[in-house]
Amino acid sequence: MNRIYLDHAATSPVHPKVIEKLVITMEQDFGNPSSIHATGRDARKQLDKARDRLAASIGANDHEIVMTSGGTEADNLAIFGTAYARRKDGNHIITSQIEHHAVLHACEKLEKEGFDVTYLPVNEHGRISIEDVKQALRDDTILVTIMLGNNEVGAIQPIREIGELLQEHSATFHTDAVQAYGLLPISVDELKVDLLSVSSHKINGPKGIGFMYQRKGTRLNPQTFGGQQERKRRAGTENVPGVLAFAEAVSISQQTMVKKRKLYEQFKETMVSTWTQEDLAFEVNGDEKYTLPHILNVSFKGTDVESLLVNLDMAGLSVSSGSACTAGSIDPSHVLVAMFGEKANQLRNSIRFSFGYGVTLEDIHLAAQRTTDVVKRLVK
Amino acid sequence: MQQLKSPAETRVVVGMSGGVDSSVAAHLLKQQGYDVIGIFMKNWDDTDENGVCTATEDYDDVIKVCNQIGIPYYAVNFEKQYWDKVFTYFLEEYKAGRTPNPDVMCNKEIKFKAFLEHAISLGADYLATGHYAQVKEVNGETQLLRGHDNNKDQTYFLNQLSQDQLSKVMFPIGHLEKKLVREIATEAGLATAAKKDSTGICFIGERNFKEFLSQYLPAQPGEMVTMDGVKMGRHDGLMYYTIGQRQGLGIGGAGDPWFVLGKNLESNELLVGQNIHHEALFSDQLTAVNMSFTTNTPKAKTFSCTAKFRYRQADIKVDVELTENDGAIITFAEPVRAITPGQAVVLYDGEVCLGGGTIDEVMKHGKKLTYVG
Repeated sequence: MNRIYLDHAATSPVHPKVIEKLVITMEQDFGNPSSIHATGRDARKQLDKARDRLAASIGANDHEIVMTSGGTEADNLAIFGTAYARRKDGNHIITSQIEHHAVLHACEKLEKEGFDVTYLPVNEHGRISIEDVKQALRDDTILVTIMLGNNEVGAIQPIREIGELLQEHSATFHTDAVQAYGLLPISVDELKVDLLSVSSHKINGPKGIGFMYQRKGTRLNPQTFGGQQERKRRAGTENVPGVLAFAEAVSISQQTMVKKRKLYEQFKETMVSTWTQEDLAFEVNGDEKYTLPHILNVSFKGTDVESLLVNLDMAGLSVSSGSACTAGSIDPSHVLVAMFGEKANQLRNSIRFSFGYGVTLEDIHLAAQRTTDVVKRLVK
Repeated sequence: MQQLKSPAETRVVVGMSGGVDSSVAAHLLKQQGYDVIGIFMKNWDDTDENGVCTATEDYDDVIKVCNQIGIPYYAVNFEKQYWDKVFTYFLEEYKAGRTPNPDVMCNKEIKFKAFLEHAISLGADYLATGHYAQVKEVNGETQLLRGHDNNKDQTYFLNQLSQDQLSKVMFPIGHLEKKLVREIATEAGLATAAKKDSTGICFIGERNFKEFLSQYLPAQPGEMVTMDGVKMGRHDGLMYYTIGQRQGLGIGGAGDPWFVLGKNLESNELLVGQNIHHEALFSDQLTAVNMSFTTNTPKAKTFSCTAKFRYRQADIKVDVELTENDGAIITFAEPVRAITPGQAVVLYDGEVCLGGGTIDEVMKHGKKLTYVG
């Protein structure tokens, strides 16, 4: 039985061209970009070229890109960096209830340190309202951090509108774009964000690399201390092969963006229409209009997520229930709780399919059928 | 056990705790060619203020072992069911002045019920665990037999399993001695080979029992008195003591050590006495409730067999008379010390575990010992 991987929102396969780049860089540009000799200079040259490509992908300047170890570090740097740099300006932070834990747990830590955090609610489609942001804004608000596209249900948030709103306010505006990057065209000037987080392994790049965009002039305290790398914003010898491979993945994802979106929309339609024809009792969670094309979160009535996921795995289908879970912890998805409330059935019967590189329409037909078989067996 | 399918076609879910016993159980089944799946069951959340949870560490061990054996692994959460079916019962029994046995209840309601159903929903033919017990098919029925390692036999905790449950169960290490189980784990290089065995009640673990219980039940301190009414000091709350207990009474002075003889719930007095063989600790008969049998074969109204009144106790010859509403009157061939209401009475015919019930009342010379609950 061939395994079908539909968990690209968790992590994605590395593109062959990216692997090639990674290996070549390790072989040829092993130098330390900070070294004064030719070996170091070669590495530095390659690093700068890659940085330019990353910056261009979001309409930014190369100096505005801070390399990190991934999305989590980018989020942490943005949040702690802003909070500590702007402590004297105010004490209030606005975020939402559906952020990734890299944002939520960072905010909770700041709360323990005495910051005041507002967690904005969402509607049943997983979107925050611009009105709520307006209401929550205070004179002492120093940071607004709202994700661009949600990783569990795919709901796209009104970032441009918030950016517009904040033109009249001094708060720093951060968006976690980890899940949206590579699928939505992003321009930091159009979105009017000051900080933005991106990860490589979600877009067929290697794990352990990402970046944070920092608009010129945005105040931020470094969170890592040591060498002078990244203009003292993030110490540590640069992950040169990682950055170069990441840049390669970015180029590929930028070139294929339009094609991918069309294809994934077709995937969604195929799955949904298969289940409709098979007469399954299901509902799609998320926003129909404002949605990431590669995420399909579905609630199958009368099933239990634990049995469902294990059965699908045994049927050769890799999917997930949103955030990765630990030791039998079924902490219901905080995103679904925010959308439907703590007692909703959706918390117990929702799973996420996410599409990406290498998935074919044939795979999707097969996946929809395998899901149908399992759901029918479990519901009875 | 009907073995119509070949091992390769037989799917077995192994309940894996992260300990050596269930690790070896999974390892042996895999070696025998079964389609094995390891599942970790989380019943209790003991996450402390530092975010540390023993379940996380145990699950890490399950992952390591399953990868070593080469089987898929998953986790399942029964915290709610455990709370409703086991922990609530546990607290109710303490409130009623008895000493409950949550492990018996957990096997009956969680491991071999909710978990078994989960295994079946995953297409499993059998559920296997690392218990020291054995099952054997005799005349179309599955018998529950003591574990080969007498010192480790766990049928005491499995006495409430029904024929229906037992017919879907495998105990892959029940025929082995504990020492050999460790040796197999070491030889196979399993990550849990040298892991310490867990002790105590699973959800309390190594923690202080008094402290744990006091979080859930209000303690009512009271007087500690002898059978003649002589005050010997104060107790911290009757629920903290069990019949026959020696430790923790804090009665000083010369002479023999002191023991808990009983409890007076009405006056909130703890009855104590000197001498480990104090005559008040001995009884010759008990009544049991919730009697359950491991086979469907009808039982005679009266029969003779052997019984255990606590884990690891030597068997005692008894006469059993079954009464209405799944009750029983059990008479001992010799006086037995410190029979404790709330604990299980488990019946055996040779190596076969017949079933058992919960000890309700304790008698001597036909009179109820009111002071033991």
